[in-house]
Amino acid sequence: MSLNLAPKPASASGTLSIEGLTVAAGRDGAGPVLVRDLTLEVRRGRVLALVGASGSGKSMTCMAALGTLPPGTRALSGRVRLDGAECPPASLRGRQVATILQNPRSAFNPVRTMRDHALETLAALGLAGPDADARIEAAMAEAGLDEPARILPLHAFEMSGGMLQRMMIALALLAEAPFLFADEPTTDLDLVVQARILDLLERLVAARGLGVLLVTHDMGVVARLADDVAVLDHGRLVECAPVEEVFHAPRHPLTRMLVSAHLALYGLELAP
Amino acid sequence: MTLIRADGVSRTYRSTSLVGTGAARTALDGVSLSVAAGETVALLGRSGCGKSTLARLLCGLERPDGGTVSFRGAPLARLDRSGLHRFRREVQMVFQDAPGAVDPRFDIRSIIAEPLRHLTSLDAPARARRVDELLEMVELPASLAPMLPSQVSGGQLQRVCIARALAPEPALVILDEAVSNLDLHLQAATLALLKRLQQASGIACLFVTHDLRLVERFADRTIVMQRGQVVEETGTSALSELRHPASLELKAAILPPLPARVRTVKVVAAG
Repeated sequence: MSLNLAPKPASASGTLSIEGLTVAAGRDGAGPVLVRDLTLEVRRGRVLALVGASGSGKSMTCMAALGTLPPGTRALSGRVRLDGAECPPASLRGRQVATILQNPRSAFNPVRTMRDHALETLAALGLAGPDADARIEAAMAEAGLDEPARILPLHAFEMSGGMLQRMMIALALLAEAPFLFADEPTTDLDLVVQARILDLLERLVAARGLGVLLVTHDMGVVARLADDVAVLDHGRLVECAPVEEVFHAPRHPLTRMLVSAHLALYGLELAP
Repeated sequence: MTLIRADGVSRTYRSTSLVGTGAARTALDGVSLSVAAGETVALLGRSGCGKSTLARLLCGLERPDGGTVSFRGAPLARLDRSGLHRFRREVQMVFQDAPGAVDPRFDIRSIIAEPLRHLTSLDAPARARRVDELLEMVELPASLAPMLPSQVSGGQLQRVCIARALAPEPALVILDEAVSNLDLHLQAATLALLKRLQQASGIACLFVTHDLRLVERFADRTIVMQRGQVVEETGTSALSELRHPASLELKAAILPPLPARVRTVKVVAAG
């Protein structure tokens, strides 16, 4: 008998909005402002890419929305609403929003097996029950890990980067959260593995109606996966538009610079 | 003229731990390759295919278990003192991990001047002038010179490493994924810089990467590796020439330049 006290993940919610978010450095928030009055909307079944140079506040935005800001930073203002209803950030974590990060190796406990991680995830969500194994295997199959019996007893060091990122995605799926924050999910992976992970995310968005906030610095990843693009410059949102518009008619100088540098890699130029 | 040449080189790594010797892993298995003066060769392959090992053998950081590496026709193992000095000056390498490739206690000036001290006969004022010249060449402000590596950004530090490699006026620079962790606009700027330098000074480049987007604009010739072996060599950088499954797999993984209007959901086998 499991203590299934947690509410089932709501499947009806369609929009996650971050409103008026301001994050500053310093324990009292008196330091430099890292994210300034940022408002974003992640919709189910769509991928919103958050782009900008390193240090522009992309990851800070994700962390602030989930209440996981690192020590020495503070959210000074901002709310998160789920279909209009305000939610405390900590209540979203895992239940409404699953997270995958860059460098999956460091996200796993090195002395615990994959099975331990999966069971811990289920227990934390109050979903640990007699059907735990079946849930885990189903999530792994959906993430493209076909041999759960072989993989579950493994530790992180025994697996490749691509397999670990699939396992991270499987753990994210276990929660059946309607939204996914993916912070540079393919940055450390080799190009072939990257392509497969992006294919997988695209399939999950289509099949599960997952709403994805995709943090990346690679406009190629944006072109491949995003429906909408938000551009950050020193913590400020400078442009937010559908992906075609951003690539074909970027308005802000920073967006133009990002797109033309990206196109230059292909020997293409941005129309003036 | 052939600058550097590998003939059937092999390299095996064996891990050793407290509980004994682990299984041997062959990183390179009979690889041959040559780079001529002034050309740019792209060495492609997925993670773990042995391309970095090959780069390390070519610049003498490691010795092959089998086969030979020759510099200007002479095997490395048989170079005399002056031959070795010339090899060290003329073949330079830039690594992927810039912070790990510099001494954190050296300022930028000393980092760039270090090969000048060891490999050239320049005196101190001439070295200082050369450092200023190199900083300008890689488009870094002279004000960076007294800073420590921890005080500059990752992109700036990678350009410092490129300046250091160019300092002794090498004949060949080996770039091992040297731009892949920079922001995209910095990658493009760095490649444009290298291309300009190449046109001006005629140095050869061996460009190790897994990102095919960079190849077509930058290389004269392409070599593809898979599981420790060279599986394809083309005389051009045109990606349309590639035929081997390993090459096609890399090519298929290239991200699109522009968003596709209609998304197609592909189902790809797990791997």
